[in-house]
Formats: sequence, structure tokens, C-alpha cells
Amino acid sequence: MWDYSDKVKEHFFNPKNAGAVVDANATGEVGSISCGDALRLTLKVDDDSEIILEAGFQTFGCGSAIASSSVLTEIIKGMTLDEAAKVTNQDIADQLEGLPPEKMHCSVMGREALQAAIANYRGEVWKDDHEEGALICKCFAIDAVMIEEMVWANKLRTVEDVTNFTKAGGGCAACHEDIEAILEKVLAEKGEKFDPTAAPVEAPAKIAAVKVPLTNLQRIKKIEMVLDSLRPALMADGGDVELVEVIGNTAYVNMTGACNGCQMAAMTIAGIQQRLMEVMGEFIKVVPASEMKKLVNIEVA
Amino acid sequence: MKDIYLDNNATTKVDHAVVDVMIPYFLEQYGNPSSIHKFADGVAKGLKHARQQVQALIGCEHDSEIIFTSCGTESNSTAILSAIKAQPNKKEIITTTVEHPAILSVCDMLEKEGYTIHRMPVDKAGRLNLAAYQKLLSDQVALVTVMWANNETGTIFPVAEMADMANAAGVMFHTDAVQAVGKIPMMLQDTKIDMLSISGHKLHAPKGIGVLYLRRGTRYRPLLRGGHQERGRRAGTENSASIVGLGKACELALEYIEYENTIVKAMRDRLEKGLTEQIPHCFVTGDMYNRLPNTTDIAFEYIEGESILMLLNKAGIAASSGSACTSGSLEPSHVMRAMDIPYTAAHGTIRFSFSRYNSMSEVDEVLKVMPDIVAKLRKLSPYWEGDAPVADPEKAFAPTYA
Repeated sequence: MWDYSDKVKEHFFNPKNAGAVVDANATGEVGSISCGDALRLTLKVDDDSEIILEAGFQTFGCGSAIASSSVLTEIIKGMTLDEAAKVTNQDIADQLEGLPPEKMHCSVMGREALQAAIANYRGEVWKDDHEEGALICKCFAIDAVMIEEMVWANKLRTVEDVTNFTKAGGGCAACHEDIEAILEKVLAEKGEKFDPTAAPVEAPAKIAAVKVPLTNLQRIKKIEMVLDSLRPALMADGGDVELVEVIGNTAYVNMTGACNGCQMAAMTIAGIQQRLMEVMGEFIKVVPASEMKKLVNIEVA
Repeated sequence: MKDIYLDNNATTKVDHAVVDVMIPYFLEQYGNPSSIHKFADGVAKGLKHARQQVQALIGCEHDSEIIFTSCGTESNSTAILSAIKAQPNKKEIITTTVEHPAILSVCDMLEKEGYTIHRMPVDKAGRLNLAAYQKLLSDQVALVTVMWANNETGTIFPVAEMADMANAAGVMFHTDAVQAVGKIPMMLQDTKIDMLSISGHKLHAPKGIGVLYLRRGTRYRPLLRGGHQERGRRAGTENSASIVGLGKACELALEYIEYENTIVKAMRDRLEKGLTEQIPHCFVTGDMYNRLPNTTDIAFEYIEGESILMLLNKAGIAASSGSACTSGSLEPSHVMRAMDIPYTAAHGTIRFSFSRYNSMSEVDEVLKVMPDIVAKLRKLSPYWEGDAPVADPEKAFAPTYA
């Protein structure tokens, strides 16, 4: 059974705003191909202020789909349509105190239903901008379609390439066989053959490993180089990282942009630490800069 | 009310009598069965006795035809890989679309390596077409591997007849019988089945113990090589406590096999009848007239299985579902898809599987709570309105899929 948060259970066992809104003037109907769940969101919008007066949901789906639908209606009630349009699936997941990676698509379905309902109110037709595939990397919630597209677009050849471009496979590494299968398939479609020993397509992170002990200045420069090499992957997700301080073998970093507050931030930091250790050839601990204060206090004390 | 466990096809409670016979093998007779001293001198005897207990349950001719393994999955992998290694010139395998992943994944891998895999389809009741099967049998086929009973629906395949047909064509026959052993009587010496897989934890023995039955004379190549254990056919120090436990579990299963097919079956039938009578728009999947006595798989239309399971769990009832969401996979159960169950029903299938530990009063408890659970979820469903599905559900609600 999934490890659902209490909040998910609360919204599942006692859903809010279940059922269709009477005299609704906006409707969004979407489904998630990745598990067959589907949701109809109905809204009653005040025509003058564009404030959402009432919201109701009808969901065919699992526990987290029902909880996502329920919490979504709670979030958007009282918002204007413009405000509601800015609600992200991460907002829905956060309100639920997190969802298992396999279930994040339930929150995506909620956001899409909202977008569809807003489009419906405005007399537009909502078009989905992304297709969802089988979940491959459970650490970073990357699906097969995303990996395939990146392999096509960037002429990727190895698992390492895929990790550099999508983060997929950068965590526990259990999905590397599945990533290889995708590479095999896409490369075959392009008339090429997958070679597990091929050199990475480009080597943004190819920084020579260190052999001799480093001075503090050398260490900081080296860490900056590694962070620069990881930056494109983070920025692709709308995030970034900055180095704040290096004390001994501990690097303090700030996760910014979309990385800030992201559930995956801890995984990302672990990935950065792994990469740093590989390049530096020494133990490096990466810690969020917010932890720095505690350390200083201890030293003062 | 005590919690109710109706998920016995997933795994079972270890029988107390099984635990009792195992304990001495942890605390006293813990020697390596291969050693010559008093910490081990009873182990070989214990293993021999267990082998005979397994032999009695499945009715095979020799106790040396029993190879102890670590689980049903190991037995399945061993059987398939042995058959192809022993017959390197044969490049085809016959199986079905509704096998357990322990079979299908191995076949998928072999397909990548160049093998031709014939996955026989089933009809809407989950049955095979034996005429089509006959046509597939040829001297190119290394192995037929067909489950004895389906884990989701309980549907029984005519494996004895299919083994005869394979044998007549000179083809080796394996059956994954992890769901069938202990639930239906069998007499392997009267069949042409060459290999058969058993899993201990499906019949009240512990997890981590299995059996591969290997008919004497069947060409065989071990999966695990090393020491001389199991006559060199499965190396690795014997899991003596679990083997002895499995032996006891087989003895008990044989004792209770009539109980399973009368009283346990009556519980299943009462639950099935009660649910399908009380709840509109639900139906039993699989072959109603040729099933395991302990299993019923019911599709509740227009609602989703995981939601049902969560509400059942809250009511203290354990069951399982063929919905995609419970497994984190893309699709509803491959068994439901193979039977062409519509998708609004396939996602709402719930499997109740009984054991001799269940009782009629538990059946009544499920019958009491289930109608409300289904009604509660249907109230949330876009396919449902008032007391009935919306007219033409697929058209009335046609979401944009992404």
C-alpha cells in the first residue's frame, strides 16, 4: 500500500465539494492516460469579478486522485480565474503534504482539469501540452515520454547522457536497465545501435578528477566548476543552485527557483554531493545554506 | 470485530503447527545438513520427511523429483531457462497472455534474445483455445509453460490435457501451479507434466521457500551451480527450517483439501452471491464454472479499485485489486485486459481470496459494508448519477486524455 500522508487520507475519506456544481458555468474534463483515472471539475464563476464561487469534482480514480480533486476545489474557491490559472500541480501536492512519486500525476490531472475549466469558461478549447508515459525514474519522477523526447532532441547515446539531461537515473540507479531499453528503442528507430560503452554525447561535466590534496581555494573553484556543469539540468526544471560557503569539507548551497521548496530538493542535493565526490576524489558534504546558522551558533557557543 | 484477511492468493498466514515444527531447526538442529555431527544429524531426516510430505500432496512418483528452491519465482525461472539450455536448437516457447510476471518477464527477456514467444490469448471468460494450441506445437518448441490456476480470477487451465498434447508432440511441459497446489487435488504421476512450480507462502508455509517438481528423466540444467545440495540440481545450503515447515504445510493442505473444496468454497460462493445480488452493475470475472474454490474476482463498474481497497481497509477488511493504481503501473491488470473487460470495469476489480482460517461470519461482515463502500465511491464518479450509471457513460463523460 502507498505511504499516503494524513492529509491525503483526510481528503479521501471525507472529500470536500464532491459532486457537480448546480448551474455551473465552467467545466473541465480530463483523464490521465498513465493510470486511467479521470476527473470532471465544475465551477460557478461570478461573471463580473471572475471569482470562483463554487467548485465541485467528480472523480473516477484512486485514493490520491480523489484527494487531489478534493484539495484542488478547496484551493481555488474564492480565487479569481487569473489567480486560479497560476495554481500548479506542486501547489496541489504541497497542500496534501506530498504524494508518492508514482502518484504525482494525480496532482497533474487536477491542474489540467482546472486549466480546462478556465478555458471552457472563456470559450476556448484547452489543449494539453504534454504527454505522459510510464514512470521510469522514481527518484525524480521522470517518465518514458520525457526521456524519449530528450534522447531524440539531444541525440543522447548513453545512460549518463540521459541522467545529465533529465536527471533520470541520477538517484538510486535502479532504472538504468529501463533507460537502456529506451535508448535501444530510440536509437534503433534512428537506425543506430545502442552501445553501452559509448562516450557521452557531450561532456559538460568532464572535469578531470583530482589526484592531490586540494587547498581551500582550489576546492572552492573546483566545486564551482562542478555546479556550473550541473546547472543546465537544474535550469531545465526552472531551478538553480548557488554556492554560499565552503567550510572544510562541507559545501553550503542555496537551491533557488523551482528547486526551492521542491520535494525533490533533498534528492537533488544528494545527487550534487555524489557528483562532487566523484570529481574531487574526497569526501564532500553538501548542506542547504539554511543549516549554516546552526553551525555558527554552535561554534560561538 | 477482528480484522478480516481475504487476500490469501497474495500470501497466507503461516500455520501455527508449521511454526512449531520449524523452531527446533533454528535453535537445536541448526547444523549444516552436510555436516557430520549431532547439530546436523536430524536435519537430513527432516528434509527427507518434508520431501515425502510434498510428494504426497502433489502425487508424484519419486521423492527425488522434488527440488527445494527459494520461491515460486525461482522455480519458474529455473524451469524456463533449463528447458532452453537443455535444448539449444529449439527457439520457440508457448505460454499464455495471463501468466504471472514471473513467467512473462522471463519470456520477454528471451524474446529480446531472439526466441519466438507464442502468448496464447484467452476468451472473455479467461479460457484457452486448445485447437489453436495444438497448431502451435512443433519440434521447434522448447517448452510450453502454462499456469495451472490464475492468481487473479482463479480460472483453472486444463494442464493435464495440455501436457498430454505437448508430450505427444515431443514438447516439454511446465506449469506454474503456485495458486493450485493445496487448493485442488492433483496426482502428477498420472500426468505428462514435466515440471511444476510451488510457492510455500501460498499454502501457509513461510515466505522464501518453493519447490520445482522435475519429472524423473526430464532433461535439466541447474540455474544455481555450486555445492551438491538437491543432488546438484539447486546448489546453496538448504533452508532447512523452511523446508521442514513447507513439508508440514503440505501435510496439512492434503488433510484440508476437502474442507477447502466444500466449506471454504461455500464461503466464497456466499460472498459472491451476496455481493452480486446486493450491488448493481458488478460482475464476476473469469470462468465461473472452472475456478479455484477460494477465489472470486468481482468487477465493480464505474469506480476504481484502490479507492475500494482503502475504504475496505478502513473497515478492517483486506483484499486486492487489478487496478493500475495499486501497482503503480500504466495499465489495469494484464489478465483483465486479456479477457477484454471494459476499462471502466477493469479498474474496479476486487479479488477476495479465502483460506481455511476464514469464517462465515466474516463473509457476513463484508456483505454488510461493501454495498455502502461502492455507493459512496459511485457518488463521486463522473460515470454515475443518482442510483444508476449515466446514460451512455462513455459518451456522457469523455475526458481529454493526457
